[in-house]
Amino acid sequence: MPMRTEHELHGRRRSRNVGLGLVLIGFVALVFGLTVVKVRQGDLMEAFDHQPRISETPLTPAQPEEAAE
Amino acid sequence: MAETQIYEGAPEAEFRDYVALLKPRVMSLVVFTAFVGLFVAPVDVHPFIAFCAVLFIALGGGASGALNMWYDADIDAVMKRTQSRPIPAGRVQGNEALAVGLTLSGFAVMMLGLAANWFAAGFLAFTIFFYAVVYTMWLKRWTPQNIVIGGAAGAFPPMIGWACATGGISIESLLMFAVIFFWTPPHFWALALFMKEDYHKAGVPMLTVTHGRAATRRHIFAYTLVLAPFSIWLGLTSIGGPIYLAVSVVLNLLFIMGGWNVLRRDEDVAVADGYAVERRVFKLSLYYLFLHFMALLVQHWAGAW
Repeated sequence: MPMRTEHELHGRRRSRNVGLGLVLIGFVALVFGLTVVKVRQGDLMEAFDHQPRISETPLTPAQPEEAAE
Repeated sequence: MAETQIYEGAPEAEFRDYVALLKPRVMSLVVFTAFVGLFVAPVDVHPFIAFCAVLFIALGGGASGALNMWYDADIDAVMKRTQSRPIPAGRVQGNEALAVGLTLSGFAVMMLGLAANWFAAGFLAFTIFFYAVVYTMWLKRWTPQNIVIGGAAGAFPPMIGWACATGGISIESLLMFAVIFFWTPPHFWALALFMKEDYHKAGVPMLTVTHGRAATRRHIFAYTLVLAPFSIWLGLTSIGGPIYLAVSVVLNLLFIMGGWNVLRRDEDVAVADGYAVERRVFKLSLYYLFLHFMALLVQHWAGAW
């Protein structure tokens, strides 16, 4: 009996592995696409991280420059 | 010589068995109605975000299907129609289905929140809860009104789609809900009349079993009457228009006539011709829902009121 006989079970197992792999790749592509679209729409690229930063304040139209101190 | 026979008839599942847990055929209805709800809303959504939103709503619906199959495995094993589902057939373990359902529910809700908004995500979470807990665990085995209230779970997707675009609820989305909600009972009871399933043996109190077939016929007709004003009212809102109204009036007349024909029939007559009228009304109910939402799409494209 050859050593590499494939049981029918291995085919089923492969279908699970390939299926899950494709789902994960699809999910990565989806998140990437969402990121591109969201950033292009002007959404913030950073979330709040426990202290205020200028990079996570909402975009505002250019304000008049204040006099230098 | 020792004979090792591992995995003989082992419940090793294929990928498609896990897909079957998500009830793909129910999912197609969810995808369609959620898409229409999102598309006809008065707020423009980027096509890719709309695609993702509908996908995650469908995934949430699928996850609740997996939770339903986990909980209902005992019923599914008794009834012929559901015996070949992955759990009763022994290909997927019950706790695996539970894990798939819970994990996908979490992913679907979180991703919908990130892709669209958190109101829609909360709505999706509520829908999953409603279908898996309120309908499956509680109402289904307790009251013959199970599919009436359980139908709400199937009626939420267009509202979630609408919420993805607008971030809220309005009369249009409530009426889309009402159309599916009042459509569900005549649809399922027509099916229950000719699919003589052993709900009794499975311990599911279907109206045909608890109150008899004559009462079921009366209920079908009554619901077609209740349904009609809501469908037509939807045509008078901001997403309605002449095309939708025309389609709706014709379909409602046909559906009420179908309900009347079902009501007028005797059980013996129905058995004699193999439930021809009931089958026709069931088929009509499928067209009824599909064409109503199709009409909303066309009306949106042609310009609503």
